[in-house]
Amino acid sequence: MISEKKLNFLILIFLFLVPLFSILLNDIYITTLFSKIVILAIAGIGLNLILGYGGMVSFGHAAFFGLGGYVTGILAFHFNNYEPIQILVFEFEGTNHLLLIWIFTLIFSSILAFFIGYFSLRTSGVYFIMITLAFAQMLYYFSISWPTYGGEDGLSLSLRNQIPFLNTMDPITFFYICYVWLIITIIIVKFILNSPLGISLKASKENEDRVRSVGINPKKVKLITFIISGAITGLAGSLYADLNRFVSPTILSWQMSGEIMILVILGGMFRLYGPILGAFFYIILEQFLGGITENWQFWLGFIILLEVLYAKAGIMSFLIRDKYDEKTSS
Amino acid sequence: MEFQLLIEQLLNGLQFGTMLFLMSAGLTLVFGVMGLINLAHGSFYMIGAFGAALLAEITGSFFIGLICSFIVAMFAGVITEILVIRKLYKKDHLDQVLATFALILIFSEGIRWIFGAYPLYLNIPSELNASVSLPLEIIYSKYRLLIIAIGILIAFFLYILTSKTLLGIRIKAGQNDREMISVLGVNIKTLYTIVFALGAALAGLSGALIGAIQSVEVGMGEPVLILAFVVIIIGGIGSIKGAFVGALLVGVTDTLGRFLLPELFKLFFDNADANLIGSSIASMSIYILMAIVLIFKPSGLFGERSA
Repeated sequence: MISEKKLNFLILIFLFLVPLFSILLNDIYITTLFSKIVILAIAGIGLNLILGYGGMVSFGHAAFFGLGGYVTGILAFHFNNYEPIQILVFEFEGTNHLLLIWIFTLIFSSILAFFIGYFSLRTSGVYFIMITLAFAQMLYYFSISWPTYGGEDGLSLSLRNQIPFLNTMDPITFFYICYVWLIITIIIVKFILNSPLGISLKASKENEDRVRSVGINPKKVKLITFIISGAITGLAGSLYADLNRFVSPTILSWQMSGEIMILVILGGMFRLYGPILGAFFYIILEQFLGGITENWQFWLGFIILLEVLYAKAGIMSFLIRDKYDEKTSS
Repeated sequence: MEFQLLIEQLLNGLQFGTMLFLMSAGLTLVFGVMGLINLAHGSFYMIGAFGAALLAEITGSFFIGLICSFIVAMFAGVITEILVIRKLYKKDHLDQVLATFALILIFSEGIRWIFGAYPLYLNIPSELNASVSLPLEIIYSKYRLLIIAIGILIAFFLYILTSKTLLGIRIKAGQNDREMISVLGVNIKTLYTIVFALGAALAGLSGALIGAIQSVEVGMGEPVLILAFVVIIIGGIGSIKGAFVGALLVGVTDTLGRFLLPELFKLFFDNADANLIGSSIASMSIYILMAIVLIFKPSGLFGERSA
């Protein structure tokens, strides 16, 4: 048993040292695997902001993850074949500059999150779960039936997108890019949680009427955090597209939403670093079980089931003990 | 010609809708009575289809397979309810989503383990694999008409069951106040098991009926499950009437959308573009329908309370 702060610090140190282990073990695949873990952790932290702290169970975060992936893929696609993107009478050039791509990803996923959030937040409870799912499904089917960008087959990127002075094709460099984004995400979310916005978000989860009675509009608070959450998850999707150099409708599917949600809960909601541990265990479990049996999903199902039935507060509360343990059992 | 085609598409939509109703009825009851979101409902659809395909091959009779699909899925439902689902009623929606997501993994991989990765085929008996002529020179598949008939029959049966029998009254009472009816001496545990098993059995039956048109494969349940959720959300959770109306709305919107939207866009764009835009929008049409319904009626068409 250690304190949460120490554990968080250990997690970050461990992740920082991953490329070193990878070099020592002479297996560069470890670094790529951990890039995936870090990216999914970013998506998870994005979701956890509204799921854990805001009580908004979004079952459609694949929409943002996938949109981020497709923005990245489409910009690079147009850069590679020198065809401008046409929207009505306007023409835009594609690009392979990661910084620009990230900015576009953040803008587009924020706009999408505003749109989805604006309509979804009119509902609550199970209706909210389902309407977010419905929006994600719309994008999923749209991506399948729109043939310009590969439809069901997806879109391949010949090279990762570029940052000046860095070789993004090098697995270790790419890992550290993801790592830096993880740190930025943590700092931003931590800042939000301690800001008036975050405090009113947590209060809105407990009791909307009281929040309203002190003059704060809970809908607005929820919408703003929904947008931030969508933008973070969209950025993770962009990194994911560059990691795999491939985007396909799979990253918009409802299984993807489920996966992000599982790793948040597996790690432990209500904890900022929970999704990192969740992503770690999820991916390692997948690799480990996939190595010993073809039917690894069967056992993964069992493990998740046992987790939900008997260890609700997530992996993090196995490792630490503090005031949250009683609170999360509700 | 256009008119006959339209009617044929309308019947297809109706057939699709009645199937969706069989799926949604269980889902909406389980949610309405027990407050449980069951993502694993699609697994019973799959189990029913596999059960039917297996038994139809052993016995050589499609109808025995069909009846067995109902029974097999019901048993699977009872076992699942007793082992897992029972523990979930008191947990929040998030845990239910996660646990039943885990059940999907277990069921899908379990079936793949037993039957292998290749799809099975369930053949429609030859006497049904034909067309009939309807009035107005409409020719339509006998088997699909049978599906529509079974769907409407079951809808009627469920209506009687929920509104005229003791079991139905207990189900309704359970929806309103679960403590009160257990105090009044109703065994609520058994009631829940019955409702869950009934829902699973109906899903299994619809899986077998559709499995004969499409193929019987692992993962066949999930697309239908998502549609069934759309149906019960549109109809209002917990309402059998809502599920019926919602199912028909979704079935007809989807089928007619795929048929009419490309035609509609031909008025504005050239043919290739119209087909492209029309079919893209058609594939999203039911989700758009659901979003519109929820925006104007946040608890569905026939929903009484927000969940």
